Amino acid sequence: MSQTQQEIEANRRRYEELRAAGQELTPKGLPEPTALDGAPISPDAVIHRERVPPGWYATMRLRRGETLRIVDDTGRSSVSLVGWREEDTSERINCADTVKVQWSAAVGKGRIILSDMGRVLLSLIEDTSGAHDLLVGGSTPASTLAAFGATTRNTQENFLAAASKIGLDVRDIPPCVTFFAPVSLDDAGRFQWQGERKRPGDFVDLRAEMNLIIVASNCPHPLDPARPAAAGPVTLIKHRMAVAAADDLCRTASPEATRAFAFTDRLFA
Amino acid sequence: MSKPDTSHAVYTCDIPPERPWSRILRKGQTLRIIDSEGQQAVDALLYCADDPSERYSSQDTLRVQGSAYIDLGTRLISNRGRVMARITADTCGRHDTSAGCCSCESNAVRFGEATKFQHACRENFILELSKHGLTKRDIVSNLNFFMNVPIDPSGNFTVVDGISAPSNYVDVTADMDVLFVISNCPQVNNPCNGFNPTPIRVVIRDAQGL
Repeated sequence: MSQTQQEIEANRRRYEELRAAGQELTPKGLPEPTALDGAPISPDAVIHRERVPPGWYATMRLRRGETLRIVDDTGRSSVSLVGWREEDTSERINCADTVKVQWSAAVGKGRIILSDMGRVLLSLIEDTSGAHDLLVGGSTPASTLAAFGATTRNTQENFLAAASKIGLDVRDIPPCVTFFAPVSLDDAGRFQWQGERKRPGDFVDLRAEMNLIIVASNCPHPLDPARPAAAGPVTLIKHRMAVAAADDLCRTASPEATRAFAFTDRLFA
Repeated sequence: MSKPDTSHAVYTCDIPPERPWSRILRKGQTLRIIDSEGQQAVDALLYCADDPSERYSSQDTLRVQGSAYIDLGTRLISNRGRVMARITADTCGRHDTSAGCCSCESNAVRFGEATKFQHACRENFILELSKHGLTKRDIVSNLNFFMNVPIDPSGNFTVVDGISAPSNYVDVTADMDVLFVISNCPQVNNPCNGFNPTPIRVVIRDAQGL
């Protein structure tokens, strides 16, 4: 139980090496964001396309390798997302592990979103924005009441409704990631909204690394000062991609990602 | 501040290194968590005692507060937007709620597969929650008392050496009856426990003892 001085020193050394690799080496190898007119989807790769009006949500099944493109058509939307492994919904998105494992709260192209089981849920294979939130979460009845003086449609109730329709309930709703939500921290740890980082047509491509059910909620982020009436629709495009190869960008981005992919592959070995 | 007043204690327990603990904290009662030897992370979850589907929510707590760290005055918010408890005393000054708990599975990703077979907070949470009819499904992103995880403006997110000294404490006063669950963190692969887990003490006081 009690650690020897030698063990303590060895563990500290390894931790410092991992930290240096994770925060100094890994970011240098990450790609530039995708161009707004980049990464076109071949028409015959499209499986399904739908538009989600502001305030609403969509539930989608993604098989391993299938990819969800989310487009912020107007530059005025944010999309909160949760997901579960289809065969065992107790395995689900884990924002804390996503941030901790990658040594960064700033996810972007080349990064992964982890499940609570040390496996990769989704890979960010394309991303024009790089401005996403894993810390603050989506809107709730309380957040809309506080901001607008009245409860509006909100992400928490969308997740509840969507979960209920697939046999899940409030116990199954984990903390969410919100795309196109430029939240940063100042030196005192206060959250800041950087609205100037949002552009019409920003998109992410999320490749499913296991069979998933995801819910995407198109509600303004709670830190977005714009009123809900200003929000616009978002487009969801489910399309076919190959399963991550050995030299895949997201798989090779860091030693941690490589291990998480290897553990995920075992589900399908 | 190094000798906390426990004269009105209705309950005291020393939690050994690496062990879980749970108890119902009644509305108005205060739980003092004492970092007996310093630099020891204490992972914690709260559930509404009457309906455990209402539980602590890290994202609601941070949104309501508008900032990323837990300290004196922080209100701990449930997934239904209600105040479950608040931080009413704090001699440490830095606690986390963004980094989650350690698990065998995430340890294997972070530190290599050999670390998969080391005890972890999620094992503690699963075993302790099972006493209350709850499962892994009920484990949400938790509080990490005495754990120092600065997030810098670039997004860099790092578990660094704890700043809590021996006998530092934090008081959590309940706004409703809550099931309070603790894992005295077993992690030896990062600085959250000074790479060497140590015991903690919990003390419960009634409202009139404050």
